[in-house]
Parts: sequence; structure tokens; C-alpha cells
Amino acid sequence: MPEPILQATGITRTFGHVQALRGVDFKVMPGEIVALIGDNGAGKSTLVKILSGADRADGGEIRIDGTPARFGSPAEAQAAGIATVYQDLALAPDLPPAENLFLGRERLKPGLLGRLGMLDRQAMRAESAKVFETLGVNLKSHRVPVDTLSGGQRQSVAIARAAMWAEKIVFLDEPTAALGVVQTARVLELAKRVRDSGTSVVLISHNMPQVLEVADRIHVLRLGESVANLRPAETTVDGLVREMTSGTREGFTP
Amino acid sequence: MTQTDAFRETGEDRLLRLLASGWIFLLLVGLIAIFSLLRPAQFGSGYNIQQLAINAAIILVLAVGQTYVIISNGIDLSIGSVLVFCSVVSAEIMLALSGAAGTTFGTTSAGWGVILLGSLAAVATGIAWGLLNGFLVAVAKIPALIVTLGTLGMALGGAQILSGGTDVRAMPELLVTHVGSGRIFGIPALVMIAVLVVLVAGLVLHFTRFGLHTYAVGSNMEGARRSGIDVTRQTMAVYALSGGMAGIAAVMSNARFATTTINGHAMDNLTTISAVVLGGTSLFGGVGSVFGTVVGVFIPIILLNGFVILGIPPFWQTVAMGAVLILAVWIDQLKRRLRKRG
Repeated sequence: MPEPILQATGITRTFGHVQALRGVDFKVMPGEIVALIGDNGAGKSTLVKILSGADRADGGEIRIDGTPARFGSPAEAQAAGIATVYQDLALAPDLPPAENLFLGRERLKPGLLGRLGMLDRQAMRAESAKVFETLGVNLKSHRVPVDTLSGGQRQSVAIARAAMWAEKIVFLDEPTAALGVVQTARVLELAKRVRDSGTSVVLISHNMPQVLEVADRIHVLRLGESVANLRPAETTVDGLVREMTSGTREGFTP
Repeated sequence: MTQTDAFRETGEDRLLRLLASGWIFLLLVGLIAIFSLLRPAQFGSGYNIQQLAINAAIILVLAVGQTYVIISNGIDLSIGSVLVFCSVVSAEIMLALSGAAGTTFGTTSAGWGVILLGSLAAVATGIAWGLLNGFLVAVAKIPALIVTLGTLGMALGGAQILSGGTDVRAMPELLVTHVGSGRIFGIPALVMIAVLVVLVAGLVLHFTRFGLHTYAVGSNMEGARRSGIDVTRQTMAVYALSGGMAGIAAVMSNARFATTTINGHAMDNLTTISAVVLGGTSLFGGVGSVFGTVVGVFIPIILLNGFVILGIPPFWQTVAMGAVLILAVWIDQLKRRLRKRG
């Protein structure tokens, strides 16, 4: 069995009297989509924040490719190849898709012009066209501000940006919560393409049928504990709901 | 259609984009056409056109700085006062250096070295005020409207303290004759300076990383921060740029009027803000262009000039400008609403 890219063991986090995480074990294998599910308050968001550098664990250990890691900020997690797409997407709505893809990592012209900060727009447009094509993102126009795109397309741009810069893992926080049926299907297809391009995906979702359809593995959290680690073929929507509402730590097999 | 094809803009797209953002340019062209047809001899004369350009020069430099600030979703009310402060500092330094401190009027025989030092002092003072604005906005997180309203008062008061409340009326002769009313290749020097500033600022805004980050910060500050852009630094740099522009404008103002003009810049902030907004820059940040601002600066100037030539009471210009400004903001909001829906 290959080694996990990310392995978190015994992660704990307390906020005052609330124990949000009570020793969660979570791993991400190379080239897979892991669904992270759980009821409200199960600790999904807290876990994702810790794994993507936005929060710190009180206890436990995170290993990236077998070596212990500690993220003080999202930038450090990004440097380690982990990116997160939150529900607010964090795109610049007035800028076109290519500019958004390269925001903060712009390509500059070679030579003196680049030294002066001159952008190489052509290179950025060509490169983002390639990224969009590989990921199967079809945009009507690449010159218009992303604000004019549909919700699904904006989501796709945000995911493409994360996938482009995170060579290891992309966390998707409820990516389809606000989307219609067709757009949801497109975003899930995109998640598969991201996986096929070699970047693992962690999908946080509430939608059980969706999780069963797209995930390679399903990790269930309940009351801050890992209660199940399942293959979609081994379970059903009812089975997942049962784990979410009454699963126990004893049922968990890492 | 493959992805790469989609990256090329069709003729139709371009026409739509130009019409959506270009109506104010068409308005300017229309005004010029009407006035030139009605009074070709006066309005279209070389002299008149030169006067128009000279009148626009100082405001243009200020408005370019304001464009950056508004694109970054800020506002700078202090530029007129910072101009006044810089002009007093610059004038007094030049007086002191030419050994004529205390002279109250006339011209001094200061050389180019003294003028250069005085000008550098003006720009540095402007940048310092801009950094103060930027620090208070980006680090202390005080709303830009309040910060720059505060520094508006501080800079104006400071200028009055430094000068004892009366204008410094003694300027270097060389500055007044060569910059204020001089020419370079037949073009008024003031206009030449403004053109240079506009060109450089336009290039930087539209073609460099600094410009792109200015748009990004104005479009979605939190998103820009998460993309790894140093939002605090960018904001401070944008206000510093606006202050530096006020410093350049201060030198131009001293050269043109041969005196500081402590009471002459109270309206500069509103004039530049309305020019910037007329030019299609959004008060909500993230959208705008230097070219639009140039158009926005010229519309009130052409309007006033045309009214005077036609014999319409010039007071109507103020009325017309107010209406055009409201129209411009209304169109900007309509565009945003349409865009959201599309």
C-alpha cells in the first residue's frame, strides 16, 4: 500500500469548554477523492481549518509525505502543496479568469521589463487556457470579469486556481451547496479531473448521494471523533446517515 | 470552439465593451464637435486649446493619483491640502536656500539646483502625507473617508502654521519662466509634465503587477490577502502615490502662479473625485482606467470654456457638471446590476 500524502493522528482542539475535536485520525492517499462528512458541529470545518493552516491543533500530529509538519498560516500550508477553496471563493470579481488564476503569482515579462514589474499577460492567458482545458472547464469568454460568470463557472475558476498551485491536496468546502443540478454535476466532474491530474481532493459535503457517486473513500466525523472510514461500494445513504447520527469510535478502522 | 479561440475577443465583444465604458468619451467628443462647429474661430484656436490643456494639467496629475486610490476601493479627500502643504514647504525651502528667507514677494534668482531640491522636497513631503494616510487606513483600519478628512485639515492647518497664514509670494524666476510659462518643443512645460505623468501612471496601472494588485485589492481585499498579496503594503503604496502626485502638482502650481495658493485648492478633492468617477472608475473599487480619468478631467473644463465662448452664463457649467456626475454614477450602478444578472 502506498504511503499517505497527509496523515493526521490524534488531532484535538478545544474552544473553551467545547471539545470540537477529540482525537481525530484522518489521512489522504495519493490520487483519491476523500469525502469528509458529518452532521453540523461534528468538527469538519475545524479539522479542515487545522489541516489547511487556518487554525492550530491543541494536540496530535500531522505528517506530510511521512515527515511531521506544522502550519502556522494558510500560506505555509500552500507552500507545502495544500490549498483550500472556501465557500466565498476569494476571487477578485472584477478581474478576468486568467488574472485570478495567477493572482499573487503573476508571470512577468523576461528581462528588464519584468524587473520593472511588467506583466506577461499572453503567457498567463495561454497557461490558464491550458489549465482550463485539462480540467475541462469551459468558459464562454476569458476576457470578462469573473463576476459575469455563472455560479458554477466561478466555482470552477476557484477550484482550477487551487488545483493549479497545490500539487498535493485541494480541500473543497461544500463546493456545490449553492449550485443547481447541471452546475453541480460539472463541479463534481471537475473534482474528478483534478484527482486524475494527480492532486488529491478532500470534499466536504452534506449531500450523501453526491458523496457516494464521486468519492473514492468516505470519512465520517461525529461529535469530534472519527467514526467510520468506508468505500462507497460498501455502504448506502442510509448507512452513512446511521454513522453520522450514531456511529462510535469503535467502528472506525483507519 | 477550442479554449484558445475563446481567448480572442470578437469584434462584437469589443464594440459592446467600448460602448459600455465609452459613452463618456463620446460625450467629450460630442461637446468638442458642437463647440467647434458653433464657434470654430474661437474654440478651435491654437491658443484656446493650449489654455485648456494648461488649465487641465495640475488637476490631471492629482486625478491620476485619485484614480489609483479609488480603484483600490479607497478615497483621498486630502490631496488639495497636501498640495498646499507641499507648495509651502517647497517655496520656503527654495527661499531659505537662495538666502532670501523672509522675502514676501517678487522673484528670486535661485538656480536649478535649488529648484530641484525644492521640488524633491515637495514630492517627498507629499509621499510622507500619503504614507500617513495609508498607515491609518491599512494598519489602524480607520475608514479612508475619515482619515483623509482628518489629514485634509491637518495639512491645511500645517501649511498655514508654516507660512503664518499668508502665501509665500517669492518664487525662483527660473521656475516661473521655464516651467510655469515655458515650453518644451513648443508644448507648454506644464502640459508636458502632465502628459508624462499620465503616460507613466497609465502604463503602471494597466501593464504591471503593481497595477494589477491595485485592482485586486479594490475588487476583493480578503481574496487578495489570501492570494498572498501584501494588502497593507499595497494600500500604503497607493496612498503614497496619491500624496506624491500632490507633491508634483504643488511644484506645478508654484511655477504657474508664482506664489503658493493656500486658499485655492479646497475643491480639488471633489473635482478629482468627480473626474475619476466620470471616467468610469467605480467608487466600489476594482474597476477603472487612467484614460477614463483624462476624459473625466476634460469634460468640465471644455464645458466651462464652451459656455464662456457661447456667452452662456458660466454658472450653468456647475449645474451641468452636477447632473453629468449623477448620471455617471447611475450608469456605473446599472452596469454592475446588469453584469450580476448576466
